[in-house]
Amino acid sequence: MLSRVANSLFWMSRYIERAENTARIVDVNLQLLLDSRHLNDQQLADYWMPIIQATGDDKLFQTLHPHATGDAVTEFLVFQAENTNSILSSIAQARENARMVRDQITVEMWEELNRLYLILRSPKARDTWEDSPFEFLQQVKASSLHLVGIVYATIVHNENWNFMQAGKYMERADQTTRILDVRHATVPPKGLPTSVSQTTALAWSAVLRSCSAWDAYKDLHGGDVTPVKVAEFLLLSDSFPRSVRFCVEELDRSLHDISGVPARRFSNDAEKLSGRLLAELEFGTIEEIFAHGLHDYLDLIQIKLGNISSSLFNTYIFQPFLNMEEEIMVQQEFQQQQARRIPARPV
Amino acid sequence: MASAPGRPRPHYQKFLEQFEGITPAEFDEKRRAVDLAFLRQGITFNVYGDSQGTERIFPFDLIPRIIPAKEWEYLERGLIQRITALNLFLHDIYHGQKIIKDGVIPPYFILSAKHFRREFVNFKVPKDIYIHICGTDLIRGGDGQWMVLEDNGRTPSGVSYVLENRRALQRTLPNIFEAIGVRPVDQYPQELLKTLQYIAPAGIVDPTVVLLTPGCYNSAYFEHTFLARQMGIEIVEGRDLLVRESRVYMRTTKGLQPVHVIYRRVDDDFLDPTVFRRDSMLGVPGLVHAYRAGNVSLANSIGTGVADDKVIYYFVPKMIKYYLDQDPIIPNVPTYLASEESDRKYVLENLDKLVVKAANESGGYGMLMGPKSSKDEIEAFREKVIADPRNYIAQPMISLSTHPTYVGDGNFEGRHVDLRPFILHGEKTVIVPGGLTRVALRKGSLIVNSSQGGGSKDTWVLFGDE
Repeated sequence: MLSRVANSLFWMSRYIERAENTARIVDVNLQLLLDSRHLNDQQLADYWMPIIQATGDDKLFQTLHPHATGDAVTEFLVFQAENTNSILSSIAQARENARMVRDQITVEMWEELNRLYLILRSPKARDTWEDSPFEFLQQVKASSLHLVGIVYATIVHNENWNFMQAGKYMERADQTTRILDVRHATVPPKGLPTSVSQTTALAWSAVLRSCSAWDAYKDLHGGDVTPVKVAEFLLLSDSFPRSVRFCVEELDRSLHDISGVPARRFSNDAEKLSGRLLAELEFGTIEEIFAHGLHDYLDLIQIKLGNISSSLFNTYIFQPFLNMEEEIMVQQEFQQQQARRIPARPV
Repeated sequence: MASAPGRPRPHYQKFLEQFEGITPAEFDEKRRAVDLAFLRQGITFNVYGDSQGTERIFPFDLIPRIIPAKEWEYLERGLIQRITALNLFLHDIYHGQKIIKDGVIPPYFILSAKHFRREFVNFKVPKDIYIHICGTDLIRGGDGQWMVLEDNGRTPSGVSYVLENRRALQRTLPNIFEAIGVRPVDQYPQELLKTLQYIAPAGIVDPTVVLLTPGCYNSAYFEHTFLARQMGIEIVEGRDLLVRESRVYMRTTKGLQPVHVIYRRVDDDFLDPTVFRRDSMLGVPGLVHAYRAGNVSLANSIGTGVADDKVIYYFVPKMIKYYLDQDPIIPNVPTYLASEESDRKYVLENLDKLVVKAANESGGYGMLMGPKSSKDEIEAFREKVIADPRNYIAQPMISLSTHPTYVGDGNFEGRHVDLRPFILHGEKTVIVPGGLTRVALRKGSLIVNSSQGGGSKDTWVLFGDE
């Protein structure tokens, strides 16, 4: 397949996944705030700022909004065009990538993504948001899940599909680490937390909900929400489809399906790095992670995911895109040599 | 559609009987459903100069234009005759130039044609075919006579609307289709692929064919992806291709793969920055060299634009006579050349009655509709014609035929239409029955171009005459 196409499919999937995660984060935290109407402005800012920090866009946020009010944060995360990671921007970029590979994706997939884009861009979107943010966010989440289903059910499971899978799981792993990072301030920088207050438990259940992990967690641990158990579940579970370990395993599988190299071996840097990260997650324990410091550990995982992404790019996609000027020179040199060797055609 | 007021022509009879069964409310519902479907599927064109990146649907009118078998058979013969003559002409002017030597076309007109590529004189194009895909615009005058308005022998677009309009109408009026025998059009992509495979470089058994697009900001991008997908070939941009040792490759995740035939939807000027426009970012450096070396084939060939020149158009009937020794089956619209002394005098004296066109503009741009223009506009054009007579022609104002069209509020009125059939010229010449019917939606307007308020209709060629 064309390298450019692989690149577009990879990013299309990443952006869809990103929009869905952002929708969930906003949704869960808005709901949580409904229970705590007594918060003053400072407390609200303290509540929202870590969420912005976890997305890594806090500098941009501060230039656009002097105060971290609820409205400013949701505007920034949902509609703001200047924020390339807002829901609207993510879907616009997903669709732009899809448009560039229109011939490679199915009609069903294109129509659903295009439909979501048209809804988000229509003037009615704002009205829906004002009336009921939850209904609005539900539309985004539902559409994203719908797309996951369409991709699974209508796209041939070939190289195209594997690039989409790689993009989806790469993004999902990254998002899970960012959501986990939101409440890192409630645990010690290093070492296990000693006691858990009720507010902290509430904040960590929001973390679970932001990953659609509440039901799955409850089945395993009952209603007992502690930062350690939540982190263990979202980082190391081998069966929950949004845990970092699960995502890296799927990412690793997609990479191997693309190259055709058997699992646990590698033929390029992307496979090497993903295998290494997977082994770490498979053989790591939550005690070690907390001993190292949760926030630092999450940072490290994000860096490692970034390295896998750039290796993937270098291996499959960055078939040196030549500089146009240089290429023109290369061609002229070649053509001149040819002209010397063989007589020119009569013109 | 009507032969006399109130009486439909016989080949519309069946359609009308069926159509009368649809209530205004149902019709409205169907119309909205089709518009929404087009928007959802992204069957849109990009509007240039719009910072919002707005995409618009090409307005679609549900009332089909119907052509009986006998009439289509006549058009088909005329179009095959024309494409044959045009290809012989292009071969001739890029080789012996007999038509010039025999005094049929003055050399000045060829040599001054904007798209004449003298670098390609004596270059042998694969299978001697220059125009593989041609979109010829036809109109009917007040007396019902078909005429050729212009030929598009470079990168004609619009065929995707032919296919999508048909699909939309089949979904919308399924019963009517069953009752009336309408010839299918969906074989076009396969026929196009055959045409492209036919010109593969010698010795290549299973050629890799690609479609080269200027990119997703081009107004016809939807069509490019549509055709590539229907043909099952890759759609590539210039940056996906690379030339090494005079061969063309595409960059894939598995490395470089050879390319043998390029259906290019990029104009000559942008194809290769080492040969044509140096600032082109859409092209592939070295592509023309690979083409000259015979390692890759292009459709359409380079240099066909000379046949699109409206001054050269004037000579097409003479070409048909010269190369085929036949009279043209479908006539041209009567045309005056501003560069000819006597014609120019007539044109300048009658600017308020004529349509004046620049020789190398399209899309409804660069023209003067005398009877509908102000004095100032006419005077401005007079100066242009005097300054550069070679690049202007004039034609009488043709009253294009009209066709019933939905105009809102439950009303139907006549609107002017033209027809662009798509002609494929490979091992044989194939024309899918019908073509793109464009309609000027503004009352009284004669301009059917999508960029200027035009819409389209499905075109039905019947198996029979009624």
